[in-house]
Amino acid sequence: MARYLRRRLAHSLLTLLGVSVLVFVILRVMPGDPAKMLLPEGAPESAVEELDRQLGLHRPLPVQYLIFVRDVFQGDFGQSFQYKAPALQVVLERVPATVDLTIAAMVLIVAAGGPIGILAAVRPGTRYEYGGMVFAVLGQSLPNFWLGIMLILLFGVALRWLPTSGFEGWRFLILPSVTLAAYPTALVARLTSSSMLDVLGTDYIRTARSKGLANLIVILRHALKNAVIPVLTVVGLQIGALLSGAVVTESVFAWPGVGKLIVDAIFSRDFPVVQTVLTLSAATFVGINFLVDVLYTLIDPRIRYA
Amino acid sequence: MSTASARPPAGILLARLWRISPMLVVGGLILLVVALACAGAPALTSADPIKTRLGDRLTPPLGLGGTSTHLLGTDNLGRDIWARVLYGGRLSLILAAGSVILAAASGVLLGLMSGFAGGGVDDLIMRAADVQLAFPVLMLAIAIIAVVGTSPLAIVGVLALNGWVIYARTLRASVLSIRQLEYVEAARAQGATAPRIVVRHVLPNAMAPLLVLASAQFGTMVLLESGLSFLGLGVQPPQPSWGNMLAEGRDYLSNAWWLGTVPGAAIALIVLGANLLGDGVRKVLDPWRNV
Repeated sequence: MARYLRRRLAHSLLTLLGVSVLVFVILRVMPGDPAKMLLPEGAPESAVEELDRQLGLHRPLPVQYLIFVRDVFQGDFGQSFQYKAPALQVVLERVPATVDLTIAAMVLIVAAGGPIGILAAVRPGTRYEYGGMVFAVLGQSLPNFWLGIMLILLFGVALRWLPTSGFEGWRFLILPSVTLAAYPTALVARLTSSSMLDVLGTDYIRTARSKGLANLIVILRHALKNAVIPVLTVVGLQIGALLSGAVVTESVFAWPGVGKLIVDAIFSRDFPVVQTVLTLSAATFVGINFLVDVLYTLIDPRIRYA
Repeated sequence: MSTASARPPAGILLARLWRISPMLVVGGLILLVVALACAGAPALTSADPIKTRLGDRLTPPLGLGGTSTHLLGTDNLGRDIWARVLYGGRLSLILAAGSVILAAASGVLLGLMSGFAGGGVDDLIMRAADVQLAFPVLMLAIAIIAVVGTSPLAIVGVLALNGWVIYARTLRASVLSIRQLEYVEAARAQGATAPRIVVRHVLPNAMAPLLVLASAQFGTMVLLESGLSFLGLGVQPPQPSWGNMLAEGRDYLSNAWWLGTVPGAAIALIVLGANLLGDGVRKVLDPWRNV
């Protein structure tokens, strides 16, 4: 197991290295001259050169990259152009709002997607199965930005039940988290159901049933444990999708999180903030997937010896 | 070829497909009807999707107080929504199709290289895939768009960049498993070159999963493109696209709800069609995997 985890760790670190190169290439190499963007229009050439030297842009690119990596390790992502504060601090201030939203969505995904999938699998040919199927297909087809707007139209504008923008208490969390959770919930329901169906057809389930175990125990203790593994992988991968969804959802609901921050930063060409959000979200994703792999080895002993 | 004359007429074929997978038929029909309507936009409406007529601002759809001149009403600048949905759909569908094709082509090529070359090339391509997957799709897309601009070509490029990995991994796995087969080894022993093995053996075998992936990905691409346009980082106004129409309609929710409702319904319909088609294709091509 230690060897497996070591290999996975090396793999994750290599991916992070690639992430840093890609972020560096997109934001440092492509947008032209950052010094010119920082200075007012028509600044004298000497001022541009001076700032170039200050920012270290006169050095060769590989050296710039190494400095970039060193700075990142020291938590220095540069100064936000727009907020005149360290970019890392600007981003970290927005993290709690996104974490709240993501956790609320995760709870919905697991609490709704799992049971819907299980019901559809253990009651084939009934309305539970068809209901689950319709839910899964619809949930994966509705664009979340549209779903968000329709929820605002219904619960905010027409019924006036729920607040539609801002972030001042749990009632503000309802519409955004439902919007964000819709697609992954449908996906998890569908995966749980197909994974459950696979497991329910196996011999050991037949054995368990023939021992006379109660149906509920067979399903929850024997089948679910094995069915949950492929679902777990996808839930791990969904963290990235949730962050993507948060970009749109936060924009729809004016939710003051990281997703709205990166959109605003792009429109004001605040590249240090964009770079920070990209790096941190990719690092989070790689970290979570590593944890999911560790979790596997705990759930499924077969993986330990592979 | 005698197969052409022996092929059953379209109606019977359709009935057969319906029996195997009604989802495929329904999804395919949805896509076909929407695509034809968008392609035939000039025949279906005489209204200009871009020219503004401020005198006709915010007229409601037919049946809700509107007239048949503007079936789905008009927007905040007096433009006909039916016309904008049709013309906007053209662009959305072309961009989505273009990015699926580009993603599939580059993914297949990289997957083949990865599978055949092995070693360092394989490692490099597969690690690049990991890096690609580490970023939240939309965040990476908007960061790149901010740098390269919002031309249609840039949008297709960014969407394809997000979609190539899945094809590359599939093709790589397909190459690795097929190389082991005895008849391929025999072909190699007789001096068949790598390109010949690819064309004769690898591609025909990989065709079914590729089709499944591509048809399922089409819906994702429509969603991504309209998401970008919704955020203002895709198709730029006044050029209509479903995403930017929805963004404009957002400001009129309380007094003109149809502005945001109609384009969103169009997106949902096309994505539903693509998802059903994808599921159907999977079922038809891979009857053993009952997903």
